[in-house]
Amino acid sequence: MGHPSDPNQARAQDPALLRRLLRAKDRMDAASHEEWPVERLASVSGVSGAHFARSFKEAFGAPPHRYLLTRRIERAKALLRDTDQPIIDIALETGWQSLGTFGRVFKDVTGESPSELRAREQAASHALDEVPHCYVSAAYRPNLTMAVSEKRRREASDSKDTEDETEVRK
Amino acid sequence: MTQGVGVAGIYVRDQDEALEFYVGKLGFRVHTDAKNGDYRWLTVQHPEQPSFQLGLYKPAPPTMDAATAETVSTIVAKGAMPPLVLIVDNCRDAYERMRKAGVEFTQEPMDRYGAVDASFRDPSGNGWKMIEGRG
Repeated sequence: MGHPSDPNQARAQDPALLRRLLRAKDRMDAASHEEWPVERLASVSGVSGAHFARSFKEAFGAPPHRYLLTRRIERAKALLRDTDQPIIDIALETGWQSLGTFGRVFKDVTGESPSELRAREQAASHALDEVPHCYVSAAYRPNLTMAVSEKRRREASDSKDTEDETEVRK
Repeated sequence: MTQGVGVAGIYVRDQDEALEFYVGKLGFRVHTDAKNGDYRWLTVQHPEQPSFQLGLYKPAPPTMDAATAETVSTIVAKGAMPPLVLIVDNCRDAYERMRKAGVEFTQEPMDRYGAVDASFRDPSGNGWKMIEGRG
């Protein structure tokens, strides 16, 4: 059995299964603020929970919960940019339970705090009026290629490397 | 108008199913349905747009090899083909009519920037945005 991430060895996924997995992805897209436990998604796709998470990642390149996170961040970014709603309201509206968690994850993913992003985006002008909304919003989707915990760990170790380098130069 | 785009097509997993969807549920009309052995050239038209045909093509031999056809089929099923836009006079009316006919909507009609839009997919996975025309 080849590893699923190896395109030369993995068996292609069945298009009928992919179409059902797409349905679960569509449901998250339509209501990213809702809770989407794996069992709920799996039932949308008509597969078992264990099978779902693995198949979804193979099909769309990210585990379902990380995909959902990118959609929530994308939506929060759009609301920060396009509205003057308080950040706590945006956090709750996009599916977070608390301002603290939202602020921390947002910064981990985007590198900026919600208020920093809002200030920067609102200062810039936008020329996307002619593009249908859903495609504009995709431009704000974070390209999250690893788990947030992994991203944190790497950034922590990067700053450590820099310190080490400085020490060597001395 | 005599110049312009005449045909653009999408890939579908089953041409009979696509015909039932685009003609039976969306109200398009068949323009050409020509079979030659395993090959079938199938195009439909919006009733108000006689200069344009939408091709409904199955990725399969003989137009491409079997392995390529399988790859294309997976791309379609993942919803990764380019976006399509359907303009309607009244998005909410069209939504109600199409939903009753069994169309799979991925976004209900919503007001955005003074226009109403909704999203749906065809049975193969092709994604459509349905936008209310601005007069």
